[in-house]
Amino acid sequence: MKPVLLVDFGSTYTKATAVEAESGKLMGTAQSYTTVEQDISLGLEKALAELKGQTGALEYEKRYACSSAAGGLRMIASGLVPSLTSEAAKRAALGAGAKVIRTYAYELTEDDTAEIAALAPDILLLCGGTDGGNSACALHNAEAIASIDRDFPVVVACNRACARKCAEILTAAGREAIVTENVMPQFNSLNIEPCQKVIREVFLRRIIQAKGLSRMHELISGILMPTPAAVLQALTVLSEDLGELCAVDLGGATTDIYSITEGLPTKAGTVLRGLPEPYAKRTVEGDIGMRYSANGVLEAVGLKRLCSNADITEEQMTAWLARIQEDKGILPREPWEQQADFALAATAIEVGLARHAGEIEPVYTPMGLAYQQTGKDLTRVKQILLTGGALIHTGKAAELAQKAMATTFYPSSLMPRQAQAVVDRHYILSAMGLLSQYDRTLAKTMMIKELL
Amino acid sequence: MAERRMVLGVIGADVHAVGNQILNYAFTEAGFSVVNLGVMVSQEEFIEAAIESDAKAIVVSSLYGHGELDCRGLREKCDEAGLKGILLYVGGNIVVGKQPFEEVEKRFKAMGFDKVFGPGTPPEVTIEALKKDFELLEAQA
Ligand code: B12
Repeated sequence: MKPVLLVDFGSTYTKATAVEAESGKLMGTAQSYTTVEQDISLGLEKALAELKGQTGALEYEKRYACSSAAGGLRMIASGLVPSLTSEAAKRAALGAGAKVIRTYAYELTEDDTAEIAALAPDILLLCGGTDGGNSACALHNAEAIASIDRDFPVVVACNRACARKCAEILTAAGREAIVTENVMPQFNSLNIEPCQKVIREVFLRRIIQAKGLSRMHELISGILMPTPAAVLQALTVLSEDLGELCAVDLGGATTDIYSITEGLPTKAGTVLRGLPEPYAKRTVEGDIGMRYSANGVLEAVGLKRLCSNADITEEQMTAWLARIQEDKGILPREPWEQQADFALAATAIEVGLARHAGEIEPVYTPMGLAYQQTGKDLTRVKQILLTGGALIHTGKAAELAQKAMATTFYPSSLMPRQAQAVVDRHYILSAMGLLSQYDRTLAKTMMIKELL
Repeated sequence: MAERRMVLGVIGADVHAVGNQILNYAFTEAGFSVVNLGVMVSQEEFIEAAIESDAKAIVVSSLYGHGELDCRGLREKCDEAGLKGILLYVGGNIVVGKQPFEEVEKRFKAMGFDKVFGPGTPPEVTIEALKKDFELLEAQA
C-alpha cells in the first residue's frame, strides 16, 4: 500500500485527501477551518484527525499541499496597452493561480506607485512591449517601482531588449528582480508559460515563507503551488481524456471560471480577433459570489433578472440579500430562501461564464454578413465541471449549470450552451492537481472514476 | 542599425486578403520587420500594434472602396496615443470607382497620410519610398 496525503490550505477550509496510489482509491476526505491567525498547522491537525477516523492510522508515502490561505498569491500586473501586454500579464498571473489585485497599463503615475505601496502585493509582474518593440514604458515603470518603499519581488517579462536593464534598476534599489521571457514576444502572440514557471518558483521560495506556511515542513513535503494552479492542472490532465471542458468554482467572495480548449470559431465565416487565448485559461470574477459578493451579482444583472432565475418575488430576493449582508455564514432553510439562493447561484454562474467566454458579433460588409469573434468559442464544449462549497452543498449543482447555460440574456456570448454538468462531489480537484505532479496517469484515472 | 519595423493591414470591414499577403512577403523580403494584422483591421488595432512593437510606420491597405471613411481620424488618434510623427502610408483601391488620383491624394494627405498610392502600385515603389522615409527618420534620431 502506498498512501499519499494531499492538502489544500484554502482561504476558509483546510482540506485533506488521502489517496491509495497503487490501486487509485480515494481513501477519505476531511476538512476543518483554516487557522492562519494562530498557527496554520492547528487546522491541518484537526482535518488529519478526522481523516484518520475514516482511514485508520496511515504511514504516508508522500505529502503534498497547495494553498490559497492568507489571501492567496496576491499579484499586480502591469503592461503597456490595455488589450495587449497588460491583458497578457493579467492572464499569465491568473493562470499561475494568483489573485490579481490590480492591473495597470501605460506608464505608472505617482498615484499608481502610491497605490501599489498600499496594496503591498506578493509579486509584481512587469510587462510591456514586444521583443525589440517599445522599451520606454517598461524602463519608466521599473524606475517607478524601484522608488516604492516596499519589499516585493518583481518578475520582469517585458520586451527582452530592455528586460536586463529593468532588472538592474530594480536590484539597484534593493528589490529582487527575476527576468524571464516576454509574455508577448511578437505582436498578438501569447507566451505565458515561462513567466508562470517563474511566478511559481518565487511563490515557493518567498511567499510561502513570508506567510508563515513554511512551518508546515515536518507535516508535508512542501507546498507545491497556489490552489487555483492545482485546479487548472487537474482540469488540464482530465481534458487529455475527456476533451474540451469548462469548470466553475463558485465561492462566497469570488467565482473562478476555467476553460481547457482552443476555443476556435465553430461558426462558418468567422474571423478571429484580438489577443490569442491560452489553451488552459482561468478568469476570476471578484464581484461575483454567493455571500461577500452577493450584491455584486445583483449589480451585474439587476433585481428583475436575478429573480427570473427562480420562482421568487423581488421582495423575497431583497430580503434574502439583506440577510446575507448581516450573516455571511447563513444557510437557506425555508423553501423561498432556497429558491433565492438558487437564483443567486444560477446567475453567478451565468455571469461568470459569459464574462469568461468570447463574443461573436455580426459585421455587415458590402458583400453581406460576416462574423467577428473575440475570445474563446465555448458553445460546443461537452463537459462543465462544478466545484466549490457553494455549489457542491446545494445538491443542485447540475440543475444550476443547466439553468445558467440556458440563459437568453447574452445573445452574442460564446458561453457553453449544451455542456453536460459534472459535479466534484468530494471536492477532489485541487488534490488531483497535486497528485498529477506525482503521477499524472493515476490522477487522471482517479478523476475519471470519481467524477464520471 | 535598429530594425525597421512597420505595421501592415487592410482597414475597415475589407476582406481582400491577397494583396496583403503579397505586401507582407515583399516588405519582409526587402528587410523590413513587418507586424501584419491581416484583413478587417480597425484603427485602434493599427495603433495598439504600433505602440507595443514600437513601429515607425503604419501601412494601410483599402481595396473595397470605403477607404476614405475608414481612414478618417487615424492621424489624430495616432497623435493622441503618443505616436507623433509615425509614418502613415495608404494604398490599394482607396476610393470608389475611378477618380482623378491627384484629388484623391490631396484628400488623403489632408487627413494626415505621408504617402498615398494609386491603384496597381507595385510593391517595389512602396519599398523605395519606405526606405527613403526610414533613412530620414534614422538621420533625425
Ligand atoms: C478577389 C476579389 C474579391 C474577393 C476577395 C477574396 C479575398 N478574401 O481576398 C471577394 C469576392 C470576397 C470580393 C468582395 C468584394 N469586392 Co472585390 N475584388 C476582388 C478582385 C477581383 C481581386 C482582388 C485581388 O485579390 N487582387 C490581387 C491583389 C494582388 O491585388 P490588390 O488586392 O489590388 O493589392 C495590390 C495593390 O492594390 C497594392 N496595394 C494594396 N494595398 C496597398 C497599400 C499601399 C500602401 C500600397 C502602396 C499598395 C497597395 O499592392 C497589392 C499587391 O500588389 C478585385 C478586382 C481586381 N482585379 O483588383 C475586386 C475589387 C477589389 N472588389 C471590389 C468590390 C466593390 C468588392 C465588394 C464591395 C463587392 C460587393 N459589392 O460585394 C466586396 C467587398 C467585400 C469586403 N468586405 O471587402 C472592387 C473595389 C472597387 C473600388 N474600390 O471602387 C474591385 C476593384 C472590383 C471592381 N473593379 O469593382 N472581392
